[in-house]
Amino acid sequence: MTEEGRSPLHWPAPLRYAVLLMVGAFVLVPLVITVLGGFKALGELRVNPFGLPETWRWEVYWEILRGSRYWQMLGNSLVIALATVFLTVAFSAMAAFVFAQLRFFGSEFLLAYLTLGLMFPAATAVLPLFIKVRDLGLLNTHWAVILPQAAFGLAMSILLCRNFFKGLPAELKDAAFVDGCSYFGFFWHVVLPLSRPILATTGVIAFVHSWNAFLLPLVMLNSPELYPWPLGIMVYQGEYSTEWNRILAYITLTMLPATILFLLAQRYVVAGLTTGAVKG
Amino acid sequence: MTVDYAGEGSATAASRGWKLRLVRRDEALLALVFLPPALLLFTVFVALPILEAAQYSFFNWNGFGAPEKFVGLQNYVRLFTHGAFHTALANNGLIILASLLIQMPLALLVATMLADREPLTDTFRLIFFLPYVLAEVTAGLIWRFIYDGDYGVVAAMTGWLGLDPVYVLADRNFAIYAILLVIVWKYFGLHMILFIAGLQQIDRSLYEAARIDGAGGWTLFRTITLPLLAPTIRLSIFFSVVGALQLFDVIMPMTAGGPSDSTHTIVTYLYNFGIIRTRFGFGSAVGVVLFLICVIFAFGYKRTVMRND
Repeated sequence: MTEEGRSPLHWPAPLRYAVLLMVGAFVLVPLVITVLGGFKALGELRVNPFGLPETWRWEVYWEILRGSRYWQMLGNSLVIALATVFLTVAFSAMAAFVFAQLRFFGSEFLLAYLTLGLMFPAATAVLPLFIKVRDLGLLNTHWAVILPQAAFGLAMSILLCRNFFKGLPAELKDAAFVDGCSYFGFFWHVVLPLSRPILATTGVIAFVHSWNAFLLPLVMLNSPELYPWPLGIMVYQGEYSTEWNRILAYITLTMLPATILFLLAQRYVVAGLTTGAVKG
Repeated sequence: MTVDYAGEGSATAASRGWKLRLVRRDEALLALVFLPPALLLFTVFVALPILEAAQYSFFNWNGFGAPEKFVGLQNYVRLFTHGAFHTALANNGLIILASLLIQMPLALLVATMLADREPLTDTFRLIFFLPYVLAEVTAGLIWRFIYDGDYGVVAAMTGWLGLDPVYVLADRNFAIYAILLVIVWKYFGLHMILFIAGLQQIDRSLYEAARIDGAGGWTLFRTITLPLLAPTIRLSIFFSVVGALQLFDVIMPMTAGGPSDSTHTIVTYLYNFGIIRTRFGFGSAVGVVLFLICVIFAFGYKRTVMRND
């Protein structure tokens, strides 16, 4: 195959790079400005938002990192996200296993019922959710965010897991049952270990959605010490409104964990986010 | 499948019957242990709230006590005669339009350049996907700075040109277009990844054959790439519409629906006029309308456009 035969449109190299660099600049310039902005004094930011800082001022960054607020927000986000991931993955893997293994009267109906959650965003039901959570006495606790998030994440997870479980060779089950496994033993010792890729994918979907979630925490929480970081950063922005160097430093520091996770677990993040996109 | 299994390896009818029952009891136990957690969570936090939204939407209710003031369709009448809601619907339409006319062509263009292993392919893919990984709130705040008339990039530009400060997000004629640009920035990487996956499925020998027949780049694109990519394009449109309908987080840090309600989407409208003003009946009516739009679109689109995918 010739060199140009590989690319579906065989763009001439100069044109290809010109376009890619332009789009790359469109994507990166806002991010670079943000990271650099945290190193600049406010007056400098005003006249020189693009360039490198005259002197690299670490003060704002250190101040944020030394304070407890930043770590508390990230801690809250982590607790909420991990609990959401655990509930979503555990409950949906269990349900998906039943749907992959058994066919019984009403099983099709139950699957269709559970996957209805794919059809609409949580925003549609946010007011009744608020009432429900309040009546359960969970308002202004992390559970108020975790439980609805896990519930809305089930549909996608169940579908992905069920498809994966159905694709496992049927001989596995026969072998496991001959060896005296029950369904539970088969699930725990055979299916789950083989399903790491799909569990990782559904886990990443749930984690990223929870980590970035804004509407549910905004409605359910009102104590700043419980806020996950997207709420916390809005409060911070409100406090320092025009001190953009501080706000940009704060944004940079909150971008870091997600960016590092993305670079480390690229494969699962891309797979998870592209399949999970239906739910925004 | 399970009944087949019970039959396998059992020599006599008697032992088969015995095994069958055993397996069934095992199955019943499995279903009774493994299904309820998901069913319970889903019913309490997804299914019931949707039904309750429908119920609340017929009441005038501030959330305290039980909903008692039945007002029939009044909430819906108010909603559909409210100018700000019309703007919100129009904005959602505009976002979909921008997704289809700007974001999708851009995503497709870079996807055709990044579908195959060529120098720097991985780097550019990574860069283009990065905004999608960031939180919506982060994207909104970054662009709020860029559009800032006093400190941001827009401020620097007007400064260099010697113009008066321009406050893009405070201008009701321009704010929504400024937001559209942010949406393209944030989401085109997702669609690029979808298109790359689609392009990689296309058999490269088709291009070879067509090239031998003398077809040029544009002809190749029109006669091979585009038709074979149609399922991906339909999927991309689906994601764009569903994503646009639930857009909220990006708007909040930039304009929160302002100035003078010119940049609301359905969800920011719901938040502003339902939640903030604790009008639970009215807000639920907005939720029900959004629910119906989502469900009708999803069913309709899958039944018609994505019928064969």
